[in-house]
Amino acid sequence: MSINLQALSAQLLVGLINGSFYALLSLGLAVIFGMLNIINFAHGALYMMGAFCAYFLLNGLGLSYWPALIIAPIAVGIFGMILERTMLKWLTGLDHLYGLLLTFGLALIIQGIFQNYFGSSGLPYAIPDQLKGGMNLGFMFLPIYRGWVVIFSLVVCLLTWYLIERTQLGAYLRAATENPTLVRAFGINVPRMITLTYGLGVGLAALAGVLSAPINQVRPLMGSDLIIVVFAVVVIGGMGSIMGSIITGFSLGIIEGLTKYFYPEASNTVVFVLMVLVLLVKPAGLTGRAT
Amino acid sequence: MSALTDDSIPTARRSYSDEMVAFVLMTALLVVVPFTGVYPFFVMQGLCFALLACAFNLLVGYGGLLSFGHAMFLGTAGYFTAHALKVWGVSPELGIIVGILGAAGLAVITGLIAIRRLGIYFAMITLALSQLVYFIYLQTPFTHGEDGIQGIPQGKMFGIFDLSQPTTLYYVILIGFLLGFLLIYRAINSPFGEVLKSIRENEQRAISLGYKTDQYKLLAYILSGTLAGFAGSLKVFVAQNASLTDVHWTMSGEIVLMTLVGGLGTVFGPVVGAFVIIAMQQYLAGFGQWVTVIQGLVFVVCVLTFRRGIIGELAHYFRRSL
Repeated sequence: MSINLQALSAQLLVGLINGSFYALLSLGLAVIFGMLNIINFAHGALYMMGAFCAYFLLNGLGLSYWPALIIAPIAVGIFGMILERTMLKWLTGLDHLYGLLLTFGLALIIQGIFQNYFGSSGLPYAIPDQLKGGMNLGFMFLPIYRGWVVIFSLVVCLLTWYLIERTQLGAYLRAATENPTLVRAFGINVPRMITLTYGLGVGLAALAGVLSAPINQVRPLMGSDLIIVVFAVVVIGGMGSIMGSIITGFSLGIIEGLTKYFYPEASNTVVFVLMVLVLLVKPAGLTGRAT
Repeated sequence: MSALTDDSIPTARRSYSDEMVAFVLMTALLVVVPFTGVYPFFVMQGLCFALLACAFNLLVGYGGLLSFGHAMFLGTAGYFTAHALKVWGVSPELGIIVGILGAAGLAVITGLIAIRRLGIYFAMITLALSQLVYFIYLQTPFTHGEDGIQGIPQGKMFGIFDLSQPTTLYYVILIGFLLGFLLIYRAINSPFGEVLKSIRENEQRAISLGYKTDQYKLLAYILSGTLAGFAGSLKVFVAQNASLTDVHWTMSGEIVLMTLVGGLGTVFGPVVGAFVIIAMQQYLAGFGQWVTVIQGLVFVVCVLTFRRGIIGELAHYFRRSL
């Protein structure tokens, strides 16, 4: 079988971009799960809100992509923190299945409201002028915006890893994950840290939403199927390690891209099939601890 | 620890007399429905979903395992039954058996994979598996993709009962529901059910007492999936179609919602919850996506303030076992 390098590298790039979104989303899920013991089903809906936020900023206030890249994650993050303070907080001490059910309900509400006002079709969001066009790399044509998404996501993922694994704040965070009572005894405001953590995780989802707006269009249901794939990514990688989430996210994106080239019929199931294989061979996930 | 260990699940001693009275009342009510002028299609649909929710409740309410993919059994049995009836032209009873076998087979395969992880992972794995099943049905030719299998002949049950007669169909569906319901009731009151509840409360202790908890969980999962498939097969005769809607994750969410509204771990809760949600969808049908928003709100309100569900709250208030 002859390999068309041009087509293969194009699919690999699509895979890398999906991988960036998987990494950003599963990273957020892992951070939230660590602190709140909740699987945030609303993650896909909040990702969608990030994209819509960028759309509103552009069409309502005339603010371009670059301010949106900062404002949207902060706005959605604040929205998330309000959700945490008003609702998720009350689930402390209950079985974590209730957190899943509550956030599932929130996802339905958010997606339903957006569907009512915007239908199910996509709204266009233009690529910012500075990132238009492409480069000819010899073996492939690289649209600049797509390259930017991959590199920027990678940087954000690594910064998050650094924040959690290498800074003082991150040390508090990891300590509070292990033993919140003891950390509170040291005079650290753990409830506030929990709220901020949820805001951080949600902000990462919203950032992924802004990044995807020019590629995938802005749709009310853009996050609903994505979140299920991200769940499979999380099951494969395990939620025990930040770096694990990043690596798993990107690798699965690449594998999906390769599948799109070699066996397109399986491209939307390959992640789930891999999940099954990993569960059969290594039930605890590739990097996770057994639960 | 993965069990739903908090105050929302009834743990008090069961009173069989309460449950018997409630069962007789429920059956009497359902038997007279065709004479009351209530739209029979609505009640039949409600019965199918009630059986589905009861089957789901067996797993989550008694085993503490939250499956977020139960729609795959509903849809699989629906497709299998529909295909057998329409393409192979088999009799209704055989069609139901084909559907149940399909769901049971799927339950064995997915069960062996899903029970490898607990609690929160179990929910995510079942959701991902059902999405995998959804994509398979989207692509295989026999399901006819987006169109689904339509115009399914209802036929004559055992060669005698003409299922195209609404009243006959109603009683066949009712008997199917009652059979499934009693089987679940028998299961939760058997030694098997007791071990299942002990796993829900404290799996480590059940293991230390010598129970092979994985086998119990797998059996509960297969039983639950098979009965959910039975509901899916029955639904084919009511709706006369089998479509992707029944395999989609939104359907799995609705099953969870029905059980949560009625009361997790209660005997009659899922039945009440199914009728409440079906009625709600019926009345709000003209409001487009607001139905989704309202369902979401019901989820949020239930989880925050109403974790026992309708029947659970009633049972708690009157100190009865329902």
